[in-house]
Amino acid sequence: MWNYEKRLQFPVNIKEPNAKLAQVIISQYGGPDGEMGASMRYLSQRYSMPYREVAGVLTDIGTEELAHLEMVATIVHQLTRDLSMEEIEKSGFGQYYVDHTIGVWPQAAGGIPFNACEFQVKGDVITDLHEDMAAEQKARSTYDNILRLIKDPDVCEPIKFLRAREIVHYQRFGEALRMTQDRLNSKNFYAFNPGFDQTPNC
Amino acid sequence: MNGKEKLLYDIGVVSFVVVDLGLYLDTHPTDCKAMEYYNHYNHIRKQLMKEFSEKYYPLTMDMAECSKEWKWGMAPMPWEGECG
Repeated sequence: MWNYEKRLQFPVNIKEPNAKLAQVIISQYGGPDGEMGASMRYLSQRYSMPYREVAGVLTDIGTEELAHLEMVATIVHQLTRDLSMEEIEKSGFGQYYVDHTIGVWPQAAGGIPFNACEFQVKGDVITDLHEDMAAEQKARSTYDNILRLIKDPDVCEPIKFLRAREIVHYQRFGEALRMTQDRLNSKNFYAFNPGFDQTPNC
Repeated sequence: MNGKEKLLYDIGVVSFVVVDLGLYLDTHPTDCKAMEYYNHYNHIRKQLMKEFSEKYYPLTMDMAECSKEWKWGMAPMPWEGECG
């Protein structure tokens, strides 16, 4: 169950439209290392987690990713909402515009649609947590790449906030991995899958 | 920043503290000092959320107590921004 709060996690108030930038930033909406993949990955991985604390980390980070998804969509929306037809043609936004007008649709910067193959649910706590840590670093790199393309401080500030959250989430997933390994045989963490090979208590 | 914007900004700041401390506590569930911080800021957050909802519009559906019009549905959406 979720509750919605009618506010953004970090304020987004963009005054200048910029279709070129929107086409790049949309990758963090529906691209390979974007927030849609992040939220779906963590929220889907929860069910096969053998440890309640780790499932809790996935729930809370997965929930925060939904708030980030909304922030990225807001950035794209505000960068495209006041565009003239001339700007749409000049900026190369025409290819997106013809299918979606100025709606926000999950795709990568290169136009590839969002696909669940961009993340995995392996059903193995060690494997899944390693993927989660890698995912946070990949998202951080993407935000770094985006920041090199931005000059408008109205866009920079929320992107910097999102980048910083990737680092915090990486840290928390690292701690979740350590909590997991503390419960496994330190001589061979991969001896069995505790979410599958061991019968749960209840 | 007008009064409404300032209050919403403060809610954003204090909510961030609560979210970040929540994640920290997920992996440090016996850190009493962190729990004290969490309780302190969570209390402030609840007060500010209530104040905002009473003065302007409900930020969550359960804060919508309306008689003449459904304020939850009429409230601005967060992606509208300042010029929305």
